Amino acid sequence: MSGVRIPYDIRKIRIPRGEVHIVKDRCKGCGFCIEYCPNDVLAVSDEFNSKGYHPPIVVNPDRCVNCGLCEMLCPEFAIWNTLKGEVEAQIAS
Amino acid sequence: MEALETVKVKEKESHPMEPLLRMDRMPHIWCPGCGIGTTVTAFVSALEKLEFDLNKVVIVSGIGCTGRVAGYIKLDSFHTTHGRAIPFATGIKLGNPDLKVVVFSGDGDLVSIGGNHFIHAARRNIDITVILVNNFIYAMTGGQVAPTTPVSAYTTTSPFGNFEPPSNIPQLAEAAGAVYVARWTSLHIRRLTKSITEALQKPGFSVVEVISPCAMYYSRINRLGEGIDMMRFYHENSIIKHGEPTENLDIDYQKQIIVGKFVDRERLTFIESHKQWIGETKS
Amino acid sequence: MQADPKDVFTGSYYIDGDVAAAYGAIAAGCKFLAGYPITPSTEAAEAFAKRAPEVGAIFVQMEDELGSIAAVLGASWAGKKAMTITSGPGFSLMMENIGFGAAIEAPFVIINVQRGGPSTGIPTRTGQGDLMQARWGSHGDYEVIALAPDSPQESFEFAIKAFNLAERYRVPVMLMADECVGHMTEKVVIPPASEIEVENRKYYNGPAEAYSPFRRDDSLVPPIVRPGEGYGLYITGLAHDEKGYPIFDRDIRESTTRALVDKIRQNADKIIEVEEDSLDDAEVVVVSYGISSRVALRAIELARKEGIKVGTLRLITVWPFPEKKIEELSRKVKGFVIPEINYGQIAFEVERCSHGNANVILVPHGGASVHIPEDILGAIRQVAEDKKRYPQLVSYKTYLEKQVFG
Repeated sequence: MSGVRIPYDIRKIRIPRGEVHIVKDRCKGCGFCIEYCPNDVLAVSDEFNSKGYHPPIVVNPDRCVNCGLCEMLCPEFAIWNTLKGEVEAQIAS
Repeated sequence: MEALETVKVKEKESHPMEPLLRMDRMPHIWCPGCGIGTTVTAFVSALEKLEFDLNKVVIVSGIGCTGRVAGYIKLDSFHTTHGRAIPFATGIKLGNPDLKVVVFSGDGDLVSIGGNHFIHAARRNIDITVILVNNFIYAMTGGQVAPTTPVSAYTTTSPFGNFEPPSNIPQLAEAAGAVYVARWTSLHIRRLTKSITEALQKPGFSVVEVISPCAMYYSRINRLGEGIDMMRFYHENSIIKHGEPTENLDIDYQKQIIVGKFVDRERLTFIESHKQWIGETKS
Repeated sequence: MQADPKDVFTGSYYIDGDVAAAYGAIAAGCKFLAGYPITPSTEAAEAFAKRAPEVGAIFVQMEDELGSIAAVLGASWAGKKAMTITSGPGFSLMMENIGFGAAIEAPFVIINVQRGGPSTGIPTRTGQGDLMQARWGSHGDYEVIALAPDSPQESFEFAIKAFNLAERYRVPVMLMADECVGHMTEKVVIPPASEIEVENRKYYNGPAEAYSPFRRDDSLVPPIVRPGEGYGLYITGLAHDEKGYPIFDRDIRESTTRALVDKIRQNADKIIEVEEDSLDDAEVVVVSYGISSRVALRAIELARKEGIKVGTLRLITVWPFPEKKIEELSRKVKGFVIPEINYGQIAFEVERCSHGNANVILVPHGGASVHIPEDILGAIRQVAEDKKRYPQLVSYKTYLEKQVFG
């Protein structure tokens, strides 16, 4: 890891961790949340909901940072985040 | 890596917006991939950020897909006749100036049949906020051409392609006298929410135009894909240019869309002018 | 309750019907006028605009009649007594929102100073051609109340009556004046506020969770609330149920549409007001309203001199129509004479309600002036002398028609 400066305040930076909640039966399969999640937390599932659409599932739960973009983009009020905790930042290896 | 600290876990049983939605009328009628639901989310987030007294917020909408918003937000809401949302809102505002009146309606409703009222409410600078969802089409009635439909687009009443030049809503609003004019797409969700908070706080006639996909009609008839394809198009082809002169904001068919905040100026509102000229109306 | 003394311009005036109607509206507590200028009603809006600041009312000249009526509905729901002032062409433009106002049960008043029609018609001269439109103008089922003043003094009084009825029943109330009454200047005495009764709408003061905007009791009129008080109203023009929610695919009987009609029909006896004279032994009854009723007075005077027993039924409320009264009279009298400044509107109602029991003669007039008393006299004579029963309404051939058409 040479040549990478470690920020002095790295111990103070805390990255939020979020939990995704999905109301499967409200989903109409538009795909906005999956497409625009910045951390690829969601993907299309194979299961059908009661309307016949494929709701999203959480495939990378550890990568959710509670940004709330899925919650804001969803036209059906079917998905939202809650803050689960925070972790320390670290340099990616 | 340190173990996950459980900082105050806010376990929400339900979607955070549910207190402000009429959940007994869900699911709503909007199609999969429609941007109106997203616009409603932006609006409700804006209201929550501003910490308004929600009892004093009144939503007035017209007829059309966007007009159905009045039925789904749990505030005092009025679902009025086609095109007459703005004068109805004027009546409510003048009847009780303490209310915060928001007009939430579509492009056809506000700028076509309601065009005259749009122009004059802007001229008078009535203190209302207009959230205009522009999906370039009359969706509720099956996809007819609208005054905002770009040239060459197909719709059910322009079966050979639309040849009428469309309205440029920010230019119209600025020319008529609006004090705040902004345009965003339903993809620019955070900037849209911020714009709505600014528009709600600005005294006078503020217009926020929201370009939204119409997955079932506009996109389908023109073979533009689904809602997600329209969103990808907005991602690639929208460019933020705050303060751009409104005459440059025409929207051509499947070309660049300029978004941003274009007008933010000061003018006396109707009620302020009334007070100045005629004196306080004690009611 | 009593009128607010600030709103009542007590005194004796020499003003025209338009101005009197405006003063009447102000006395009733009207605090909002949204209008658009149209001859011959403009004087009323002008009078209101001038006096509005001193009573705390707002006057807005909107961009067109469509905006005017929409603003009136908004202000009405916001809690103010609201009205608009117009004439025939504007009245036609307002029709969609009149239906909307009836559906959302907003109390409001429209003053229609009728002029010669149809279309642009004869703007500066009189007509009485909007009566049927007042009742049936908008699409769908709903009921309205319509009043017809015959003088500036009545314009003042009926304006107050119109607001009281609107607030009591939450319906559109039309004050059907005409250009003659609107533009004639006569003495108008405005009494002190203590002698003027005004009514306000019934408000609901219970808990918000228990509130249904259109749930009604035996009076058939639901109590109203104002936006901004935390009731979470949803008011729509779609056919809706008690809670205000659209009924979509549910049974239409769940909607409030039936109640909109029943509200007036079942309370008709309390609303209908007529002015009667000499009906007990009448052979001929003259049914009239507005300016025509004053012209008819001369004809009736002459007819009585000739020995014909003429009774009068002057309609103060044109809608709801006094069906029972007409039906009762039809069994006793030889016939009805209806002078109106149109080619037959209320005459058809009289014909309908008389069920063929009496002759019905219409004395028509194309507009632009009032009847010649001799025409009405001729019609009265015809009814008195005629031995046969006409199967349907007969139109009296007026002096002018005889001259022109032979």
